[in-house]
Amino acid sequence: MKNLAIKAENISKQYRLGEVGTGTLSHDLNRFWHKLRGNEDPYLKIGESNDRSKKGTSDYVWSLREINFEIIQGDAVGIIGRNGAGKSTLLKLLSKVTKPTTGSFKVNGRIASLLEVGTGFNPEMTGRENIYLNGAILGMRRHEITRKFDEIVDFSGVERYIDTPVKRYSSGMYVRLAFAVAAHLESEILIVDEVLAVGDSEFQKKCLGKMGDVSRGEGRTVLFVSHNLAAVQTLCNKGIMLENGLIKYQGDAKRALDFYISSGNSSSNSYNDANKKINTISKIQIVDSNYNLRNNFNFNETIKFLFDFNLSSEYIDKVEFGLQVIDQKERVVFSNNKKTSSFLRDLNNDFSIECIVPKSVLVPNSYKVTVALHIPNVAYISHLDEVVTFNIEETGTDFYQYSGSDYGCVFLECKWGNR
Amino acid sequence: MSEQQWTEEIKSHDSLFSINIKEVWSYRDLLMMLVKKEYITFYKQTILGPIWFFVQPILTTLIYVLLFGQIAKLSTDGSPQIAFYLSGITLWNYFSECLTKTSSVFKDNAAVMGKVYFPRLIMPLSIVVSGLMKFAIQFGLFISVILYFTLVKESINPNAWVLITPLLLLLMASFSLGMGMIFSALTTKYKDLVFLLTFGIQLLMYATPVVYSIASIPEKYKWILIANPLTGIFECFRYGFLGSGSFDPSSLIMSAGIITIILIIGVVIFNKVEKSFMDTV
Repeated sequence: MKNLAIKAENISKQYRLGEVGTGTLSHDLNRFWHKLRGNEDPYLKIGESNDRSKKGTSDYVWSLREINFEIIQGDAVGIIGRNGAGKSTLLKLLSKVTKPTTGSFKVNGRIASLLEVGTGFNPEMTGRENIYLNGAILGMRRHEITRKFDEIVDFSGVERYIDTPVKRYSSGMYVRLAFAVAAHLESEILIVDEVLAVGDSEFQKKCLGKMGDVSRGEGRTVLFVSHNLAAVQTLCNKGIMLENGLIKYQGDAKRALDFYISSGNSSSNSYNDANKKINTISKIQIVDSNYNLRNNFNFNETIKFLFDFNLSSEYIDKVEFGLQVIDQKERVVFSNNKKTSSFLRDLNNDFSIECIVPKSVLVPNSYKVTVALHIPNVAYISHLDEVVTFNIEETGTDFYQYSGSDYGCVFLECKWGNR
Repeated sequence: MSEQQWTEEIKSHDSLFSINIKEVWSYRDLLMMLVKKEYITFYKQTILGPIWFFVQPILTTLIYVLLFGQIAKLSTDGSPQIAFYLSGITLWNYFSECLTKTSSVFKDNAAVMGKVYFPRLIMPLSIVVSGLMKFAIQFGLFISVILYFTLVKESINPNAWVLITPLLLLLMASFSLGMGMIFSALTTKYKDLVFLLTFGIQLLMYATPVVYSIASIPEKYKWILIANPLTGIFECFRYGFLGSGSFDPSSLIMSAGIITIILIIGVVIFNKVEKSFMDTV
């Protein structure tokens, strides 16, 4: 059996919604009264799972509920989940910023957390002073920092500015310095939350490399929270997927990512108009090759659009079915039209058609789809503007290296070679 | 298979007295860095720098001499008014600054504390220690005034009790630390107390022999002063440096007792709140 670094038992965290303050005293007194009589905290029994989009009935929500997991020493664990799934709460509990409502963690080794780089930097102090201050906040002794000082400065690449107050730094330099300090911390367990959001791609790569060294080379345990799925994939060997405060999957990192991508399919992947009228598009669905409704796709997956519509006989020879795929910058990525006369129809002139989008063309991004029944350049018979959406996620591709820069809309497999 | 080793357990409930002094000690370098930070940020981009620390006590002393000495004609037990008021102000400044700053320590440092763990006790401790820096400067001013009155004017006679000053400082620091921690723990949830505190500190000044001596207080109000642990400290300080006033060592011992109790209560409450204050601050 391998040694465990962290063991979580029945971890729950309850938060109170709304304005904390109103009614606090009465709740506190009630709690105290129950405690005095040796009863359980009455507010622990209530509370609902943390689904931020729905209006709940209770003021209390469970940000995490009865989480159990074990992390083996030397593992790099990616913690993934949608916004509000409880990832950051979990890390906050682990880094002892706040305590769990119930349950306990057992930890073997010193934990260092890198929750948001640059917290604890003082703008008035120089880079050198801030390295010492930040290192001390993270739990380093002065002589430890002195010993690693040159290494830290070297890694950050801001040597020239080291005796300048950090308020004169660019935000990138700020982050570089902060990451450098934390990365050189001698801790057995490193917790990293979304640090790679800033900094240029060169530095992001450097950070990823450093974190890889930390987990693989030095045998330290890394917990990594990120929405950058590609980074999770390259860095982590294990994954924990959270949803609404519960663990949905834990185990292999790649499987956790697949789980993540295929989950969270919300309403926008289908459109349904129950009263089927003449000459309208009544139903749209976005599915994968097995006809499962999906929102999120891998880059190398085929996407299918399913459409149901009705078209009266007089139009059939003239009308085309058209679709447009639009990216987040409102650019039309491509459009496609097909004569309706080329499809089969039933006796009521109802059509059920599908459109297959080839894989490995659309680059990771969010897309909206507009569809229409139209007579080219003459009239729209039925028109649904940006009615469904889907995402291409970054997994197993090299696109993450370019995140932030505009990669364009589509990926073309060009042939390269020497002349 | 060997038994799994754990170095630490993070639990939802801790016992009231689980204060990890060893951990606080291991973060002593952080304490020094925070003091240094306080120092650096104060002087950066000021021209006069530490001179500012002189301006406030000098002006306050002059106003007190005018107001309480000349107009209200309060007794100073025969000591020169300037030395008398300056002694009160020097001590009071240290106490009130430590108390005010400590009581808002969670609020002021929420950004850092919400991201990184370190023993929270370090923060109030650093406030008390960096307050000493300012105190040292003002104390220097006070000493030069004392030397003037002792050597030039020969109107006051300091005695051996001046040697107890470090202990007085320690007591005062402990008192402001204890009170400040109690308030800081409560203000994270109940912000009303912030208003109460600013007001309370003002009132406390008048219940402390800052601008008057205990001898000039009518017998029926004396219990207020005796209940105030600062009284013993202030009276002892004056007795040592000015060689005047009524000082009773037993009152100092009582002060020490009350302060120790308050400090313990403060540390316990602070320790309880620090683990979950982020959820309410």
